[in-house]
Amino acid sequence: MTQTYLVSLFLLCSSSLALSQTTAIVGGRIHTVSGEVIEEGTVLLEDGRIRAVGASVHIPSGARRIESAGKIVTPGLIDVGTSIGLLEVKSLTDTADFSVGGEDAIRAAFRVSDGLNPHSIVIPITRLGGVTTVATMPSGGALSGQGAIIDLDGTTATDLIVRDPAALYGAFNPGAAESAGGARGALALLLRESLDDARYYAMNKNAYDRAVLRSLSLSRLDLEALQIVLDKSVPLILHASRAADIEAALRLAAEYELDLTIMGAEEAWRRREQLAATGTAVIVKAYRNLPIQFDQLGSRFDNAILLVEAGVQVVLSTLDTHNARNLRFEAGQAVRHGMKWQDALRAVTLSPAEVMRISETHGSLEAGKVANVVVWSGDPFEPASFAEHLFIKGREIEHDSRQKRLFERYKSLEGRPVQYLGMPTSEP
Amino acid sequence: MHRLLATASRVLLVLNLAIPLLAQTATDSESTRRGTPNDAWRSTYRPLPSRPTVIRNTTIMTVTGPELEETDIFLRDGKIEAIGEDLDVDSGTVEIDGRARYVTPGLIDTHSHVGVSSTPEVGAHFDNNETGATTPQVWVEHSVWPQGPGFSRAVAGGVTSAQLLPGSGDLIEGRSATIKLVPARTAQGMLFPGAPWGLKMACGENPKRGDGYPDTRMGNVAGYRAAFIKAEAYRLKWDKWLESQEGARPERDLGMETLAEALRGNIFLQVHCYRAEEMANILQLAKEFGMKVRSFHHAVEAYKVRDLLAEHGAAASMWSDWWGAKMEMLDGIPENVPLVSSAGARAIVHSDSDLGIQILNQDASKALFSGRRAGLTLSREEALRWITANPAWALGIDDQVGTLEVGKNADVVLWSADPFSIYARADATWIDGAVVYDRFRAELQYRSDFELGILGTEGNRK
Repeated sequence: MTQTYLVSLFLLCSSSLALSQTTAIVGGRIHTVSGEVIEEGTVLLEDGRIRAVGASVHIPSGARRIESAGKIVTPGLIDVGTSIGLLEVKSLTDTADFSVGGEDAIRAAFRVSDGLNPHSIVIPITRLGGVTTVATMPSGGALSGQGAIIDLDGTTATDLIVRDPAALYGAFNPGAAESAGGARGALALLLRESLDDARYYAMNKNAYDRAVLRSLSLSRLDLEALQIVLDKSVPLILHASRAADIEAALRLAAEYELDLTIMGAEEAWRRREQLAATGTAVIVKAYRNLPIQFDQLGSRFDNAILLVEAGVQVVLSTLDTHNARNLRFEAGQAVRHGMKWQDALRAVTLSPAEVMRISETHGSLEAGKVANVVVWSGDPFEPASFAEHLFIKGREIEHDSRQKRLFERYKSLEGRPVQYLGMPTSEP
Repeated sequence: MHRLLATASRVLLVLNLAIPLLAQTATDSESTRRGTPNDAWRSTYRPLPSRPTVIRNTTIMTVTGPELEETDIFLRDGKIEAIGEDLDVDSGTVEIDGRARYVTPGLIDTHSHVGVSSTPEVGAHFDNNETGATTPQVWVEHSVWPQGPGFSRAVAGGVTSAQLLPGSGDLIEGRSATIKLVPARTAQGMLFPGAPWGLKMACGENPKRGDGYPDTRMGNVAGYRAAFIKAEAYRLKWDKWLESQEGARPERDLGMETLAEALRGNIFLQVHCYRAEEMANILQLAKEFGMKVRSFHHAVEAYKVRDLLAEHGAAASMWSDWWGAKMEMLDGIPENVPLVSSAGARAIVHSDSDLGIQILNQDASKALFSGRRAGLTLSREEALRWITANPAWALGIDDQVGTLEVGKNADVVLWSADPFSIYARADATWIDGAVVYDRFRAELQYRSDFELGILGTEGNRK
């Protein structure tokens, strides 16, 4: 057994050498998401990109072939509601880098990428669930800071980052209201004052630098940071659950012409017409049906389904870090409660890519896009299936993680203490 | 000094073995729950009205053996009356076409706080106890809010029985309650008749938080031992009096009464414990006091000591793959449940969550396929046992529920598809032969008082 393990370790290492090898995934049912489903098609990966997708694709000689007849091929899944790379153990604050903390309600200048850990043990565990890309986000306060989009493979933070900043995060909910003084009206007041001051600052930068401007409510860094939502270069993603809170956020977005996305959105089904009319996307967890708090009394399983039917762009998320590997089951839950299978797949691939503005490179299987591809043993939303092959930026990801190694160590309790398993030995 | 203490405890152990279960015979009767002096706190549950019902031509997952295809199951007078092909039934029996659907026993959750720290999760609803390091005197049934919105949703997920637990912030937290998930005005009306209580205990990070609690894990173990040493003396005093009926009746002590019943084996140990070596410590604690651990809970490292669990006969109630929330949850792996099961220990999939309790079948499915993928040989019956027969055993109700066998309670779920598929939904749930949930009939999807008048949310929440 020890030998087998060493061999598999060797294979794991050698697979990372296959970085630049051209790979053809041949014969699978290909869900491009952006176009038609291709029965028995081929996806060709080269130099970290998708080179070609189709029913008949020329496969260069020397390319590695992955026979995928009977398998399902999809884009890598994208979860935009995580704090991966910013958190190792939830209860240990020393391992948490997703929040500024303190009393300030406005933390717009805070960028999570400065604390991003590419060696997080959560990363290999997450990607084995077919999740290749995530948004890693800040939380806390009224405006929490700037999140980044990362691909889940690389040895430096820079390797991982796809887009940074990718969005400004905040909340319009009781927690955010509390940081603003208590009432939701106080929160709206604070957000308006912040956005007004940021706009005023931009128009009067010289005066500000000469210190002849009226006093402003925020620090220079926060005033600067808010420009990215005022000029719409990134979306403003606000956590809001209650229908009335979603409505208030929509009002604010209209006043300041912001590109708003609602996250959480348990009662969004009650405001689906407004969301559709304003083109506001929502990021929801499909598996929710309990009045967890008073702002979620209307929570129901078919929230996402009602939203899709009304024409709202829906993104499904685990809204979790350690369990983001289970994103595929969120899609499964949505289908269980009435969403079309194709819509559910879109909600964990192309829709999050579009909302986070990375759809030029991510979210579908199209020539030229980043080679984030999963070959599934069967329906990816079913527990019976698993990711057989997983490519991130064209590199095949080894079936390895801290959890896999714990399993290997403990799969047999016979013989020497488990701590020796996998170690070189001269004993018989 | 140390040696003296060790000798003393050995003497107590011998005495404990010498007077087995005297109090059980003294207090146990049809109408009295073990461990109470009279029937004041007995279950007032009565089965809901039911009609004889037959589900025909369906796939029956009995748990006791392979699946039966194109078979009928007949429910009458609250019991499973017959299982077979082309069953003859009484006239007036409700006929249900079960083609392309699946029937399982009602699911059972060993670990729930539904109605105890209920949704909405406001401070006013946090009723899990946690008032001191050892509080064996509290009974969780006195915290149960039958109007908790979680109950009706769990029934819609095919759950028919659950153990409600206090804790887990304390070393010894009090008595659990095993309930039937039926609509009721009182907690007493939900209590599973005859089900033994559990004694909830907790290891690790929760109780060792200082500030009136132990600071360390060794402090935790010292705390359990001190409590049971005291309880031994109490039990001996009472057992002596119960046997002789001579002299003044000893004074009752509510907390000691519970611990004494645990020592007698009448109240089952249900121990929140994540890490391997702490489970091993608890097994030694049980040995010191002549007890058995019925089930560990959460047990994310059960796979590391699965041989010890099998040897002791302790079950482990686990999630399929939850991990990372605390330091003691860092080593959770998706193969935990299947490894424990394959080692011959009783594996259980539990929820500890108002959301998780609604999809126990999916969690079992995740564990089943993680195990198979890792090369373990696991049957579908074995995986179904994790959420039916094994939890029934852990709660001491396996003589009545947990499998589909003639004569057992008609706690039954009809699934829209293979329950190991993520797309499967409970189409209907029966408890003691009465429909408690029907996906296609709004009048059989009950709503708690709390949810009345939250307009626009009727239906489609299940």
